[in-house]
Amino acid sequence: MLEIKNLHATVEDKPILKGLDLTLRPGEVHAIMGPNGAGKSTLSYILSGRDGYEVTEGEVLFEGKDLMELEPEERAGEGIFLAFQYPVEIPGVPNSTFLKEAVNAVRKYKGEPEIDALAFMKGLRETCAKLGIDKEFLKRSVNTGFSGGEKKRNEMLQLSVLQPKLAILDETDSGLDIDALRTVADGVNAMRSPDRAMLIITHYQRLLDYIVPDHVHVLSGGRIAASGGPELAHKLEAEGYADFVAKDAA
Amino acid sequence: MAKSLVSTEPYAAQFEALQAALPEGPLAERRLQALARFRELGFPTTRHESWKYTALRSLAGLTPAAATKSPSLDRAPALLADTPAHRLVFVNGLFRAELSDLGKLPQGAFIAPLTEALDDETLISDEESGAFALLNQALFQDGALIALERGVVLDQPIILTFVSIDEADGRSTHPRLAIRLGENSQATVIEHHMGYGEALGLSNLVSSVDLAAGAKLDHVVLQTEQAQVQHIASRRVTVGRDATYDSFGVTLGAGLSRNEIEVSLEGTGASCALDGTYLLAGTQHGDLTSTIHHRAEHTTSRETVKGALAGKARGVFQGKIVVEPGAQKTDGRMMNKTLLLSDKAEIDSKPELEIFADDVQCAHGATAGELDADALFYLRARGIPEERARALLVEAFLADVIELCPVEALRDELRDRAGRWLAEASQEEAAA
Repeated sequence: MLEIKNLHATVEDKPILKGLDLTLRPGEVHAIMGPNGAGKSTLSYILSGRDGYEVTEGEVLFEGKDLMELEPEERAGEGIFLAFQYPVEIPGVPNSTFLKEAVNAVRKYKGEPEIDALAFMKGLRETCAKLGIDKEFLKRSVNTGFSGGEKKRNEMLQLSVLQPKLAILDETDSGLDIDALRTVADGVNAMRSPDRAMLIITHYQRLLDYIVPDHVHVLSGGRIAASGGPELAHKLEAEGYADFVAKDAA
Repeated sequence: MAKSLVSTEPYAAQFEALQAALPEGPLAERRLQALARFRELGFPTTRHESWKYTALRSLAGLTPAAATKSPSLDRAPALLADTPAHRLVFVNGLFRAELSDLGKLPQGAFIAPLTEALDDETLISDEESGAFALLNQALFQDGALIALERGVVLDQPIILTFVSIDEADGRSTHPRLAIRLGENSQATVIEHHMGYGEALGLSNLVSSVDLAAGAKLDHVVLQTEQAQVQHIASRRVTVGRDATYDSFGVTLGAGLSRNEIEVSLEGTGASCALDGTYLLAGTQHGDLTSTIHHRAEHTTSRETVKGALAGKARGVFQGKIVVEPGAQKTDGRMMNKTLLLSDKAEIDSKPELEIFADDVQCAHGATAGELDADALFYLRARGIPEERARALLVEAFLADVIELCPVEALRDELRDRAGRWLAEASQEEAAA
């Protein structure tokens, strides 16, 4: 589904990714762990198409298409979803308006008709109930004045509503207490399916106790320094990243 | 002061052509005086302090022609079409009875076109001293007089639609509006200035609003004139004891527009709101110049104006709050916020306070900024195309100011126009 080959990328001419290779197949959940500054967020932004990141070498294919040629909204239309580390507050845009705009934009991209507004609102309320989200949430402006937990829950709501093929979760656990973490993890687990791939980017192993990945990779020095199963995450938790960082510096 | 390069002579000729059709009476003499004074003053130039940011150069290309007859129009566009209202329609400045529907008026309410009151000397005031107001004094042919007697409350809004039809260059229309509310009376007045055609035209409106003690007026002005039109509006408002003037202006149209508003809070407890928004693109120039005089104790004023500028548009906000000696316990707040959607758009914002009393609360502020890049990316990452995402953010920026529109039924219409504006403006720019 997603093939990243020898990806080199710079931010303001500073090399951040230096030959990253990664392949995700449908149904798989991959975790990328790494120390601060390893390029984890850069990877998520490059995949979602944020300005300011330049790919200098290598390629990224999503279902065989060159992802780098696509605008952020086209990537979303193709089925890529980034759950933001810091969801943005947008005062003045009601959450329900935002969700409906997003769903209809993706449907339009795929050549599908606009969704019936009443059916959409009904579905939305059901999804909220499942995620333990108060319906009042839908009337409030996007993320505006939300607590850290509410913001992450709102990302999960969007994920559920948009039903992407590939979900990228960037530091989804940051700023969450244990209850919020559990709710968010339940939301993510409910989205696991044989047709969907997930890429979980995280500094800490904690989240991976709740969302158990199929594969764990260590990102260090701009490339994948090691790969393994869930046990690798536990090893990192116990021993830290020092081994990989030292190796990279050497 | 050096005179403007825009000649006043063609307007004198317009007056001469019109003179024979105007009624005799005391007003006839006043018109002559106004014309003489106008010619003496000339059009304002950027050397006049209050016109510093607004040049009238494009007015030079317009040779005014006397309106001979009102062009044909089958139906006027109707704001709040499903709402019962007292509707007056003017085409190129002249009242059109067959397009209007005055409806049923309660006892003590008077709404009429000015054609029947052209000899009424009280329609003009010596305090109208600006060049455009004087020009209007000389040339006004029509408009509306709205008067409510003490205690009369109008349930239905009064909707005044001013349609400009510019098929040939040179329309020069000078409507006049007088609103007089007696003690404890209440009304809602909505003005819509719009038009058709692509020729050069000048709309020069003068309004006066007088609110007696305890009266309340909700006043909304929507201006969506064509891009070749120069729209000048001068409004004087006096607010009596415990009376409330709540206004909201929307500037979307006209190549050049200037709204000059002067409010005088005359009685204890008087209050006013001069809120509004401007959405300008291309080479549009929109100027909002206001002065609020606090002349009595416990008076309150609020002015919140937010706008967005695209292309090479230029906005001007000059707002002044004057607290006269003795106007203790005044509460005056003024804020202007602008969203700049292009590098070439410009806002000149000048809020001012002049305070001659010591126990007052006044605040003013101005900000200008670009769209939030993080918010834009967030929306796009959810699949919303860039142009739509920008439009949503513009709409969101204006959401709180639109809530201030005193006519709740118009807010949806305004939100809708704000949402559509950017896409329409970019289409026009692409076509140009």
